[in-house]
Amino acid sequence: MDKEFTPFDEMFMAGGKVRRPYSGYHHWLEDQHTRRLQQKSSEADALFRSVGVTFNVYGNKDADERLIPFDIIPRIISAAEWSKLTRGIEQRIRAINSFLHDIYHRQEIIRAGKLPARLIKGNSAFLPQMIGVTPPGHVYTHIVGTDIIRTDENEFLVLEDNARTPSGVSYMLQNRETMLQMFPDLFSAVSVRPVSDYPKYLRRCLSDCPPAQCEGRPVIGVLTPGIHNSAYFEHAFLADQMGAELVEGQDLRVVDGRIAMRTIRGYVPVDVLYRRVDDDFLDPLNFRPDSLLGVAGILDVYRAGGVTLVNAPGTGIADDKAIYSYIPDIIRFYTGEAPLLGNVPTWRCSEPDHLAYALENLSELVVKEIHGSGGYGMLVGPAASKQELADFRELLSSRPENYIAQPTMCLSTVPILARSGLAPRHVDLRPFVLVSPDRIHISPGGLTRVALKEGSLVVNSSQGGGTKDTWVLED
Amino acid sequence: MVLGRTADGLFWMFRYLERSENTARLIGAGLRIALTRSRSGAEEWSSIISTAGATDAFLARHPGYEFDGVVDFMLRDRTNPSSVMSLIEAARNNARSVRTALTSEVWEATNETWMSLRNALKTPVTHHGLPEVLSLIRQQSAYVRGALHGTMLRNEMFNFARLGTFLERADNTARILDVKYYVLLPSVIHVGAPIDNVQWETILRSVSAKHAYDWLNEGDPDPAGIARFLILDSRMPRSMAFCCKQILENLRYLEADLPDPALSLALAQELTDSLRNRDIKEVLEEGLHDFIQEFISRLGKLGGQIETDYRFHS
Repeated sequence: MDKEFTPFDEMFMAGGKVRRPYSGYHHWLEDQHTRRLQQKSSEADALFRSVGVTFNVYGNKDADERLIPFDIIPRIISAAEWSKLTRGIEQRIRAINSFLHDIYHRQEIIRAGKLPARLIKGNSAFLPQMIGVTPPGHVYTHIVGTDIIRTDENEFLVLEDNARTPSGVSYMLQNRETMLQMFPDLFSAVSVRPVSDYPKYLRRCLSDCPPAQCEGRPVIGVLTPGIHNSAYFEHAFLADQMGAELVEGQDLRVVDGRIAMRTIRGYVPVDVLYRRVDDDFLDPLNFRPDSLLGVAGILDVYRAGGVTLVNAPGTGIADDKAIYSYIPDIIRFYTGEAPLLGNVPTWRCSEPDHLAYALENLSELVVKEIHGSGGYGMLVGPAASKQELADFRELLSSRPENYIAQPTMCLSTVPILARSGLAPRHVDLRPFVLVSPDRIHISPGGLTRVALKEGSLVVNSSQGGGTKDTWVLED
Repeated sequence: MVLGRTADGLFWMFRYLERSENTARLIGAGLRIALTRSRSGAEEWSSIISTAGATDAFLARHPGYEFDGVVDFMLRDRTNPSSVMSLIEAARNNARSVRTALTSEVWEATNETWMSLRNALKTPVTHHGLPEVLSLIRQQSAYVRGALHGTMLRNEMFNFARLGTFLERADNTARILDVKYYVLLPSVIHVGAPIDNVQWETILRSVSAKHAYDWLNEGDPDPAGIARFLILDSRMPRSMAFCCKQILENLRYLEADLPDPALSLALAQELTDSLRNRDIKEVLEEGLHDFIQEFISRLGKLGGQIETDYRFHS
C-alpha cells in the first residue's frame, strides 16, 4: 500500500509495538479475555438504553430512538499532547471571539484587506441585528466544540470550529461514567484526568456573564426545542446536572422587559439562557416568523441587557465553512501570533482557480456544502460512485460559492473491539471548551467519534459512527 | 421553582401510569370471571371496555366482545389512547419532558417499564401468556412507585405526581362502580334475584380489595358493605374517600405559598366533605348511579381547576 495512505495508529506502531500513552492500558488489556470484553460491551449498551442516552435520526420519523454505538476501548492522549492541543485551541478561540466582536463593530479585518467583504455581507450566518451589540463580558462563544483530527504523531489539525451550539458533551460524560461502572479496576491501574466536573464548570461559565439587568445570583435556564429534538437527552442531562431549569419556548415570554418563565406561582425572570435553539428559530419577531421554538421579542430583550443568550446570536459567522480557510489569518490578525494548530488545506470553490482544481481532482477530494453539517450534503471523493461524482460536478459548477473542497485527510486510527478482537478504525476528537471573560476552561478529554465501518472516514453519528471514552493522562 | 409545564407533565405522567395499572387490574378480574364462567365472559369484557370509556372506539374496530379482541385493544392497540401500551408510552414521553424534575431512579424505572412492556407486547397476548403480562405490568408499576417514594424530595414536584395518581384512582374506582352499580342495587336483592357473588367479587378484585374486604368483614360480602368499602372507607387505599383525602392534603401543601386562595382547594374540600359522615344506606336509597355520576363530574372539574390554578398551560 502507498505510504501516504497508511494511517497513523494511535495505539500500535508498525510491527505491533505499543505506543507510550497506551502502555498502562495495554498492560491491563492483556489480562482480559475477549469474550469478557464483549460481554461488558453489551452490558454497556444495556446501560445506555436504560439511562435513555438515545437520539432521533432526522428524516427517519418512524424509526425507533437509536443508540450511538459505544466502543469500550478508550482513546488515550498523553499529558504533553494534551497541553499542546489546548494551547492551540485557546489561541484559536480567543481569536474567534475578537473576530466576532470586530465583525459586528468596526470590521477592521476587512478594512485591513485580510478578509473579503463579500464573505460577510452575503452570508446568511451574519446577523445584521447584532451590529453594534456587545454581549455581556464581551463573550460571543461561551461554549465551543472544536473538531480536531490527527494525521500523524505530531500533527493535530482543526477540521471545524463549531462555535454555534456544539453537541456531544453528554456523551463525553456518559461514556466515562459507563467505563467507571464497567471497569472500576482499570482506573486504579491508569491515572486518567476526570471530566465529571464539566457541569460545574458549565454552570460557572454561564454565571460568569450575567446580563446588565440581573440582580443577585443569576437564574439559569437551558432552552430546548423539546423532546423531539435529536439532542434532547443532552439538554435535559445538562440542565439536570447543573441544577438549571429546562425550558421550552412555550414556557417563556417577555414580561417587563425581561425574559420570564411560567412557573406554578407566576412569571419569574431568567437571566442566562443556554439556548440549544438555532438563531433562525430564536425569535419569530426578528427571524423566522413561523418558528414555534423561540420567544417573540427575545432579541430585543437581549440587546437591552435583559437576558444573556449563550452562545450569542450570530456566532455562526465564525464557524462558517467559507470563513474557515481564513482562520489562520484571523489568528495572526488579532493575536499577532502564528497559529499553533493548523487547518486542513481548503480550496474555496468561489475562486475560479480553486474551483478548477476541485473539478479536476474531484475523486480525491472531500467536498462540503458551506452551510451543511452533520455529514449531510457532503461528497467523499474516493468513496463516491460515478453518479455521485457527476452530480457533485454539476452542483459545483452551477453554484461554486456554496462549496469548499479539501483533500481526503487520512485520519488517525484507534482500535475498536470488533467481533474478532481489536481492529483499527478512523477517529476524530471534539474537546469541549468553556469561555468566560477572564478564563478558558477545556475539559481534559472530549468526545472521540469513531467510524465503525472498516476504512470509512465518516465519523458522524447520523452516518453510523460511534463514540469512545477519551482519556487524558495525568502527568 | 416549578414550571407550569413541568407540573402538567408530572400530573399526567402519574395519571397515565395509574390508569395503565388499573386497566391491567380490570383485565385480570375479567380474565378470572371469563375462566370460571364462560357464559358471562362477553358481559364482563364489555363492562371493562365501558369502564375505560372506550365502547364506541372498540366497537368500531371489533365485531364483539371476545377475549382476543378485548385484550388486544386494551393492552396493545396504539390507536386506543387508553391501551396499556399507549399509556406507558405517553407516561414515558411526559417523563422525558420533565426529566429534570425526576430523580434518575424514577426516570430509569419509567424507561425500563416502557422497554420491557414494549417487548412483552410486541406480539398478541394469548390466554396462556396473559397472567404473565399482567403481572409484569403490576411489577413495573410497583417499581416506578417504589422509586418515586424512595428517592424523590417531598416538594411540589412530588405533590403534582401524587395529585395525578389520586385523581386518576378516584376516577377509576368511581367508574368501576358506575358500570357495575346495578349489581349493588338494593332492588335486585329485594326482588329476590339470585345473589351474584361472583359479580361482587369481581368488583373487589378489580380494585385489589378482595382480601382486605374479607379480612375486615366476616361472612359473605353484601352489596351495601362493598359500596361502603369502596366509597367511604378511608382506610382502603383505592376508595373514593381515601383518594379525596390524599388530594386535599397535597393541595394544602401547594396552597401554602400561593398568594391567593386556590379555588381547587375549595373544590377538593367540598368533595371530601361530601363523602364524610355519610350513611351508605342513604346513598343507595337516593340512587347510587346519580351519586357516582355527580362525583365523577365534580372530580373532573377539580382536575380542570388544578390545571388553571397552577398554570399548566399558557
